[in-house]
Amino acid sequence: MNAAIYNRRRAVNGVIMVLAWFAAASGIFVLALILGTLLYKGLGGVSWAVFSQNTPPPGSAGGLLNAIYGSVMMTLIGTALGTPIGILAGTYMAEYGRGNKLTMVVRFINDILLSAPSIVIGLFVYEMLVVTMGHFSAWAGGVALGLLVLPVVVRTTEDMLLLVPDSMREASSALGSPRWVVIMQVAYRAARAGMLTGVLLAIARITGETAPLLFTALNNQFMSTNMNAPMANLPVVIFQFALSPYADWQKLAWTGALLITVTVLILNVGARALSTRTSKS
Amino acid sequence: MNDNSPASGSLTTQKPHLGVREHEGAKQPLTEKVSVKDVCFFYGESKALKNITLPIYERKVTALIGPSGCGKSTLLRIFNRMYDLYPKQRAEGEILFDGGNVLDPKQDLNLLRARIGMVFQKPTPFPMSIYDNIAFGIRLYERLPKSEMDDRVESALKRAALWDEVKGKLGTSGLGLSGGQQQRLCIARTIAVRPEVVLLDEPTSALDPIATAKVEELIYQLKNDYTIVIVTHNMQQAARVADYTAFMYLGELIEFGETRQVFTKPTKSRTEDYITGRFG
Repeated sequence: MNAAIYNRRRAVNGVIMVLAWFAAASGIFVLALILGTLLYKGLGGVSWAVFSQNTPPPGSAGGLLNAIYGSVMMTLIGTALGTPIGILAGTYMAEYGRGNKLTMVVRFINDILLSAPSIVIGLFVYEMLVVTMGHFSAWAGGVALGLLVLPVVVRTTEDMLLLVPDSMREASSALGSPRWVVIMQVAYRAARAGMLTGVLLAIARITGETAPLLFTALNNQFMSTNMNAPMANLPVVIFQFALSPYADWQKLAWTGALLITVTVLILNVGARALSTRTSKS
Repeated sequence: MNDNSPASGSLTTQKPHLGVREHEGAKQPLTEKVSVKDVCFFYGESKALKNITLPIYERKVTALIGPSGCGKSTLLRIFNRMYDLYPKQRAEGEILFDGGNVLDPKQDLNLLRARIGMVFQKPTPFPMSIYDNIAFGIRLYERLPKSEMDDRVESALKRAALWDEVKGKLGTSGLGLSGGQQQRLCIARTIAVRPEVVLLDEPTSALDPIATAKVEELIYQLKNDYTIVIVTHNMQQAARVADYTAFMYLGELIEFGETRQVFTKPTKSRTEDYITGRFG
């Protein structure tokens, strides 16, 4: 044994360990700083009024009810649009068109869509829907969010179905199942948790999106349940209130930011819990 | 070689059985359930099977043996057109089954596979309860009231000698069973559909000796009702369970005959070399 080589290796190991610790600590530090600031500035504003009153004019008390309602509605529309199409596309790619040209092309385009800046999606829907309809609307906002959900669901559905071993499909076919039964009752069941995780992550992604809504749903000072009209939503309200000079608006913006962050955190933790539970079974 | 003594040992213990079988044969003449006629198989350009002609007799066990890569699993997967799931694989020739040609492009594959069942090398329970694993195949072709379905599930599990081990936990996941239990679950699932032919692709290669013995005992029971084709790497196993044995080598059928004859008086020198362990 050569002591010099051994000592050198120990020294290198020590240096790398310190660097890795530093990198991990700085990542966690920044996250803790953000969460800490949010809690410090936002927690004080959390009250029943936030959930029961609409956004106020400057100088008076109010809450975020109309913005929360709008965010929930448009997230629901986006998920309802993006999830079925995404699952169908992912199913085609993994089950029917595995390795063929169409699948390669769709996967490539989907990857571009996945990393497309959301403001581009917003502008696209603005041109397609807002301009042609002549006004901003919650429908347009939902469509923009749906376009953001779509690539995430396509990707996770394909990946999760490809993880299902072919032996499972063979066994099911060998009993005389038609292809759709193999997919619906065996492959989906085996990939269920992973696919659900993908949908949760997609919802987490769109809850905080501001740019696509700025061009589509815009905002609304009042409670509106008309999907065909501009609608308030948390991200745009935060954007508008945070930039305003009024202290009570700024306070509501912090509270809204805290609400979104907590929601995203819960969705992510839920998705993580789901995926670890499946990898164990 | 020491390896051969268990084989010949079990052959001698099987001899009375063979005698009984011949006696039955005298009462009930052999009928060809499936006839393989001049079948060739291609993976893309490469020819994996060369002009195979082989009878599969009704309610008998036929073993396909041979070294790795000889085409025995490939041949098995032609019987139920399993290869059709994959592009670039094709078969030529004829496989006659009840008057029709299995290889006919117009053949209804789902119906064919319901009549010719298959059990795979690795146990493949579906991610659902033990009960649903069995009921899955039955539901594809029959709509039964709950009580009748319960009976079918129970009788399939009993036939697969699994009932006593799982009767208290039919609602739990099939994935929670041991490897040997999973394989018997897969056999139960296959026979629950009431196929006429059962294909077994090295069904015990992933199992321990005790589980293997149980599955072999099961095969012996099943041939009263089903025609069985089994691919096996294990020559002792072929000698123990099969009535007829086909020896394959490099995509060709070298020898086919009664198991006792193939193992004790092979007509081809290659068969003899293989079963005496000189290669393979």
